[in-house]
Amino acid sequence: MAEPILSVTKINKSFGALKASIDVSLDLRVGEIHALIGPNGAGKSTLIKQIAGGLQPDSGTVRFLGRDVTALDTVQRAQMGLGRTFQISALAMEDSVLQNVMLGALGASGRPFRFLRPVLKDKALRETAETALARVGLSEQALMRTSDLSHGQRRQLEVAVALTMRPRAFVMDEPMAGLGTSGSQRLTRFLDELRHEAPILLVEHDMDAVFALADRISVLVYGSVIATGTVDEIRAHPEVRRAYLGEEE
Amino acid sequence: MTRETLFNAVLGLGLFAFPLWAWWAEEPFMITLSTRVVILALAGVGLNLALGLGGLVSLGHAAFFGIGGYAMGILASHAQSYTPLMEFPFVIEGTKSMPVIWLVAVVASALAALVIGALSLRTSGVYFIMITLAFGQMLFYFAISWPAYGGEDGLSIYVRNSFPGLNTLDPIQFFLICYAILGAVLLLSARLAASPFGLALNAARQTSERVETVGIRPYRLRLTVFVISGMITGLAGALFADLNRFVSPSMLSWQTSGEIMVFVILGGVARLFGPVAGALLFILLEHVLGGLSEYWHIYLGLLLLGVVLFARGGVIGTLAGQGGKHG
Repeated sequence: MAEPILSVTKINKSFGALKASIDVSLDLRVGEIHALIGPNGAGKSTLIKQIAGGLQPDSGTVRFLGRDVTALDTVQRAQMGLGRTFQISALAMEDSVLQNVMLGALGASGRPFRFLRPVLKDKALRETAETALARVGLSEQALMRTSDLSHGQRRQLEVAVALTMRPRAFVMDEPMAGLGTSGSQRLTRFLDELRHEAPILLVEHDMDAVFALADRISVLVYGSVIATGTVDEIRAHPEVRRAYLGEEE
Repeated sequence: MTRETLFNAVLGLGLFAFPLWAWWAEEPFMITLSTRVVILALAGVGLNLALGLGGLVSLGHAAFFGIGGYAMGILASHAQSYTPLMEFPFVIEGTKSMPVIWLVAVVASALAALVIGALSLRTSGVYFIMITLAFGQMLFYFAISWPAYGGEDGLSIYVRNSFPGLNTLDPIQFFLICYAILGAVLLLSARLAASPFGLALNAARQTSERVETVGIRPYRLRLTVFVISGMITGLAGALFADLNRFVSPSMLSWQTSGEIMVFVILGGVARLFGPVAGALLFILLEHVLGGLSEYWHIYLGLLLLGVVLFARGGVIGTLAGQGGKHG
């Protein structure tokens, strides 16, 4: 079998006495959506930071595209093609929606140090940006100020920015958070298609979305992965039902 | 045309028309006053790139202003005493040529900004303010204790430096030189803000994390703008020294850094013409209130308080309305 796009091997991370990641291993294969679920405080965000960069594990390795990237920072991992969306939107709120996606396209172009020509007149960047907006359904909002977008639209914009980078893998931190039912369903359909372009590591609380989308699910509880498997395996897993789904039997 | 563009045009034309009127009315002092506004505005435009676009609150821009001033003072003083700056390993003569002096001022400021920026930008927030202030003060005390170039007394230059084809001793001609430079720098500054670099820098001010996630290093963006900003303020310093035909450590003092920042805040942070409006208002107040009381800074303080509390967009933000800029 082909080597996974992204793999995490025996990662440990402690903050003082608190063990946030304990021997965590998981991988992301070509064409799949791998969902990471777990109760609040299970260490999902800490794990995401170690995968996307920004937090160094105490031990263990992160491999991306066949390369050990444990020592690389966020910028280097992004340049290699790791596309990330944030749980709490990290967007330039004073800028227009278009400017935000242009930023992604600019980053992907690898040439941000150009000083004189207006960026909005750069045809190649603009095309990448507008395509991404169209794909998430934000074309009509392109010239709006980002802070004027609704919460749901900001979530869509987060995804659009990641799209402009044409990443080799996505790491999405709760993209459905705060979306209404219809927004959530639309994004679910979108991610369903997206997995064929690049696999997605999806951290999500919305169980309907997770069960609808995931090829595999890993369950994180108190810093440890207690189970990894298909949707059916996870639904049936007794420990998962007790620890996470909160069922009595 | 937006209201801000209209306001900018009026401001730019007014600043051009007033000294022309003064020239016709034979009021050379008014021309000098206008030249002062233009040069201080230029220093502010430099700081505004770092402060407005980059979000870098530098309280050390007097360093670049003073370096520009001393570049002029040192080169011109050697030229007027006919002694070379150095003889070994090769001879460097002083000069009275403005273009050469500007070049030296800009290059020296760029180098200083590169060093100061590279170290200061490892910090942020209050620490950044303090460390830029500290670098400024280091240069200030260095200038005071360097007797070869006047120490505390500074350096006087007897005749204004020359510019090919113009008589710089004529106030209106010197004004025009300064005005042309300000115009060119404003144009560059507008293009910079709209460029790919400007987009990334502006985003880095708002959300550093996002910029990293798209594979761009905020540190490099900030260091670049800090250097550009220092170069412009350094050029303004060279012109300011030429206007006064005098340079002293006071150009390097932290009060100077504060004043440059006042121009930007009064006029409107991140507004293209903010520093122009700010410098104009500052000189106007100094001229009008300074005649009434030697403690005119009290009124300046009150005005600044008013701007910070009630009109975050400064003069331009208040008169031209929200132009989609932060305040």
